[in-house]
Amino acid sequence: MSRITKEEVKHVANLARLAVSEEEAEVFQKQLDAIISFAEQLNELDTDGIEPTSHVLDMKNVLREDVPTKGLPVEEVLKNAPDHENGQFKVPSIIE
Amino acid sequence: MSLFDQKMTDLQELLHKKELSVTDLVKESYDRIKDVDGKVQAFLTLDEENALLQAKELDRKLINGEQSGSLFGMPIGIKDNIVTKDLRTTCSSKILENFQPIYNATVMEKVQAANAVTIGKLNMDEFAMGSSTENSYYQKTKNPWNLDRVPGGSSGGSAASVAAGEVLFSLGSDTGGSIRQPAAFCGVVGLKPTYGRISRFGLVAFASSLDQIGPITRTVEDNAFLLQAISGVDPMDSTSANVDVPDFTKGLTGDIKGMRIAVPKEYLAEGVKEEVRQSVLDALKVLEKLGATWEEVSLPHSKYALATYYLLSSSEASANLSRFDGVRYGYRAEDAETLIELYKRSRSEGFGDEVKRRIMLGTFALSSGYYDAYYKKAQKVRTLIKKDFEDVFEKYDVIVGPTTPTPAFKLGENVDDPLTMYANDILTIPVNLAGVPGISVPCGFSNGLPLGLQIIGKHFDEASIYKVAYAFEQATDYHKQKPTL
Repeated sequence: MSRITKEEVKHVANLARLAVSEEEAEVFQKQLDAIISFAEQLNELDTDGIEPTSHVLDMKNVLREDVPTKGLPVEEVLKNAPDHENGQFKVPSIIE
Repeated sequence: MSLFDQKMTDLQELLHKKELSVTDLVKESYDRIKDVDGKVQAFLTLDEENALLQAKELDRKLINGEQSGSLFGMPIGIKDNIVTKDLRTTCSSKILENFQPIYNATVMEKVQAANAVTIGKLNMDEFAMGSSTENSYYQKTKNPWNLDRVPGGSSGGSAASVAAGEVLFSLGSDTGGSIRQPAAFCGVVGLKPTYGRISRFGLVAFASSLDQIGPITRTVEDNAFLLQAISGVDPMDSTSANVDVPDFTKGLTGDIKGMRIAVPKEYLAEGVKEEVRQSVLDALKVLEKLGATWEEVSLPHSKYALATYYLLSSSEASANLSRFDGVRYGYRAEDAETLIELYKRSRSEGFGDEVKRRIMLGTFALSSGYYDAYYKKAQKVRTLIKKDFEDVFEKYDVIVGPTTPTPAFKLGENVDDPLTMYANDILTIPVNLAGVPGISVPCGFSNGLPLGLQIIGKHFDEASIYKVAYAFEQATDYHKQKPTL
């Protein structure tokens, strides 16, 4: 049985804001299915009571003084923007 | 003979005696690039005009006796996922084709403060996802030892440029082996430092809990000097560790008497080529002669590292790469009518297949209904893998094994099968998951292709790794051999 269906591939692509064609969805389905099947070997291990590791160093919240500093200048920030107007990023209309 | 056949302190001695200028060094770099980079294709972007200006300024300081900085005058190459102010940074992706960073990564501030001269930006697998540098949108870097072979990846340009004598040294990044594997394939020295040793500020994030910047050099000594220059806590990266930075060159004496080496049986098991296994056994004999002792140990969860890594790194990548949306910087698809269409088309046209595959795998592993089964499960197995290392390091100073199961493979050989390609990193990935440091040093050849010895240390104990690596290097002459181009 497949671990991931073509429909799920399309669903995941949509969540990740990727456009995939029917053809691509088929190829990705096979590849992702192989990778996910391979990853299921982790189920051989009993991990009950094992704490998950998200970070390797023994570091908790790193705090610092909240001192305001100058941000980047607007013209610098906009330098790499594909489109901008009046000091703001410009995108297609969001509301009809 | 190239100037870069000499180590940094020898070159600096020549500068000091006025027998050499910084301009000579920088010109040597660009001349060599003009001669051989057409074949090797390590560089994506050169910064020749600025580098020569900086060289002139450093030469002026030299004449006035004002030279300062530990890397004074040394030509350095930078992997193209480290942001360089006003110097194009692409991550080898179409999506960042015209990206001109507006600030420097902390490591760039540091190498500049140390007065190294940035020569240019180096090719890599797109967003550091890959093991052969074939996933670059721009070009395929070749292995300087054999142009039909890959240089490894993802820091393929960083390793190949050093091996080809185009720069004295370079910076790479390592998430699952991306410094050590190409260093092994190209016959140079590459270190992945302890997670937190170096600031990641300005390293374009792939998997934030695994990524680490590190030095690629021809010699162990140069590697220690370069690490020294870029280490330290940084207020701009809250995951950089506030720990002492020792003098990494202090232990470079060649004396390793009494050091205890662990050799994991899993690292010499099935899948590791016979000539690779033999080169490691030979290396152990050398280390034994130098007074170290070694014993076989077990890292029992090693076989689960690959699956754990792909789930965790892809999950983190799927979140990190959401910033590329065609709005603030990077590629934007033309004529999109809605914002969603703009996102989707910009990302689909801008990313290559491997990047899309991993974003989708990560999105899947984090999605509702699968989170516990895949992502959380992998995090738990990561705990077991980390504990394997902790157990071994209770009794031993370093762990030794091969860096890769095979020497460099042919271009195109593994591109169609992601899983086979991923298996290249089986011996390097556990090190990232545990967050410990590891180095690859040259330890032999197989049919003219270099092999790498991996030495792994405790958290923040790069010094012991360097100590063993240096003793091994001084007792062998693999590092003196150069590819003919």
